[in-house]
Amino acid sequence: MALLNFLKPKNQLEEGGRTSAPVQSDAGEPEKNCPNCHKDIPLSKLWANDLVCSCGYHFRMKARQRIRLITDKDSFRELYSGVTADNPLNFPGYKEKIETVRVASGEKEAVICGTATIGEQPCCLFVMESYFMMGSMGSAVGEKITMLFEYATKNHLPVIGFTVSGGARMQEGLLSLMQMAKTSAAIKRHSDTGLLYVAVLTDPTTGGVTASFAMEADIILAEPGATVGFAGARVIEQTTKKSLPQGFQKSEFVLEHGFIDSIVTRPNQKKTLTDILKMHDRKGSV
Amino acid sequence: MNETAYERVKLARDNNRPTGLDYIRNIFKGFLEFHGDRSFADDTAIVGGIAKLNGEPVTVIAIEKGHTAKERTYRNFGAPHPEGYRKALRLMKQAEKFGRPIICFIDTSGAFCGIGAEERGQGQAIAENLMEMSTLCVPIISILIGEGGSGGALALAVADRVWMLQNAVYSVISPEGCASILWKDSAKAETAAASLKLTAEDAKSLGIIEKILSEKDIGKKEFYDRIRTLLSEEIKILANDLDLVSNRYERFRNIGAGVVTKENI
Repeated sequence: MALLNFLKPKNQLEEGGRTSAPVQSDAGEPEKNCPNCHKDIPLSKLWANDLVCSCGYHFRMKARQRIRLITDKDSFRELYSGVTADNPLNFPGYKEKIETVRVASGEKEAVICGTATIGEQPCCLFVMESYFMMGSMGSAVGEKITMLFEYATKNHLPVIGFTVSGGARMQEGLLSLMQMAKTSAAIKRHSDTGLLYVAVLTDPTTGGVTASFAMEADIILAEPGATVGFAGARVIEQTTKKSLPQGFQKSEFVLEHGFIDSIVTRPNQKKTLTDILKMHDRKGSV
Repeated sequence: MNETAYERVKLARDNNRPTGLDYIRNIFKGFLEFHGDRSFADDTAIVGGIAKLNGEPVTVIAIEKGHTAKERTYRNFGAPHPEGYRKALRLMKQAEKFGRPIICFIDTSGAFCGIGAEERGQGQAIAENLMEMSTLCVPIISILIGEGGSGGALALAVADRVWMLQNAVYSVISPEGCASILWKDSAKAETAAASLKLTAEDAKSLGIIEKILSEKDIGKKEFYDRIRTLLSEEIKILANDLDLVSNRYERFRNIGAGVVTKENI
């Protein structure tokens, strides 16, 4: 069965690490099993390597860890942390679900927005949170991202965005769907002002987020092995009754088909983003 | 008007409802169909071209499901591929260049879920339409005539006015899909349909559409005449709107604004 592991979504693969205590090795240090190479890695080593296994497998990362990894020390200023939506359609079970998720994740919503410097380059930043309803986009997520692009347009700042999402949040129905149009319009205004938007797609980026702001950046980067697609693989298999090609919807596959600019490993992301920001810095050239 | 939400879904999917081409043939005159996305293929699920609306040239785009089994297969059951959305955008940009208003008829269970659709960037194609439609400087009116299936429908509905037929539905996910994901039971589609707020009345009360079109005499001359008049009148209003593009921005910017709480910002 272990050979078929790559077929499973990352959250199932990493379940052991997320929901139960890591296994104690003989030496006494907690370890996590890599779903790709199946080796036990001491947690301290994994942390020192930005949650990347020596085999190259990228473990899921919490949004705030990512912000610490990417931004210059103490430069991040959070914006719009008080923007929330309760249960606009009175969808059954949603209120309870969101309350549980808020407690478990320590976040109020599935995206964190703010300003920061990356390699001393000022920018706006949004990072989606996979531990909050798998980064699904409801009214509050759409509103926060729209507000961030409007802020960036007004203040002539580039935007860097890390996406992770299962798609539009169905518990907010049509209101979620409309966030795709709302964010896209704000990104278009930002773009038409000549400002830069770089998206970094992380595992998984799917559905309504792929069909809106993930694919609307000037430069689209992705983490290795990330699932990037519109429809779910299982749905496609059921609809077409065909077996899917190997590596289907992985970032390497999407790169090969021409929809992303580059795959960048986690330890190289800060430098790559810094280089891109510097090359688009128009100070002195105006 | 006492149907349940799920009954509405079934009505919206009914094979006997007029399809996109029926609207084009009965509302407009001199329709010339234009094919292809100039990049990969011609998607038969989306029909587009130019025609006259009460004598004025317009660009018309419709998602077509077909009526007979043969037609439905040929039209891929109204589930567009990326090249369909790219053809639509090409025709919309052509409309902008020549100052023609754009009218879209939407009827899809959703953008097609398939290997080729993913390989050719279904998500990217929809995203580009959303972005580009937001700043087209000609009037856009989109009418949902049957099913409005998620992003695949929205990709033709970033419009100045969005109208729905009385029994059309507009939803972020199919009720069956929603029930199967949330409750692992597609039989709970009825509950899902009611919870998703997908009827025309729901969409209107959420501020997502401007108008509900009556289905009285549906498919008859009077029905199409009525829609022609409504379109013609609305286009006159939009053509005189000097802030057309920024009003379109505000239209989408304000949807759902009331449901968001902003504290300490």
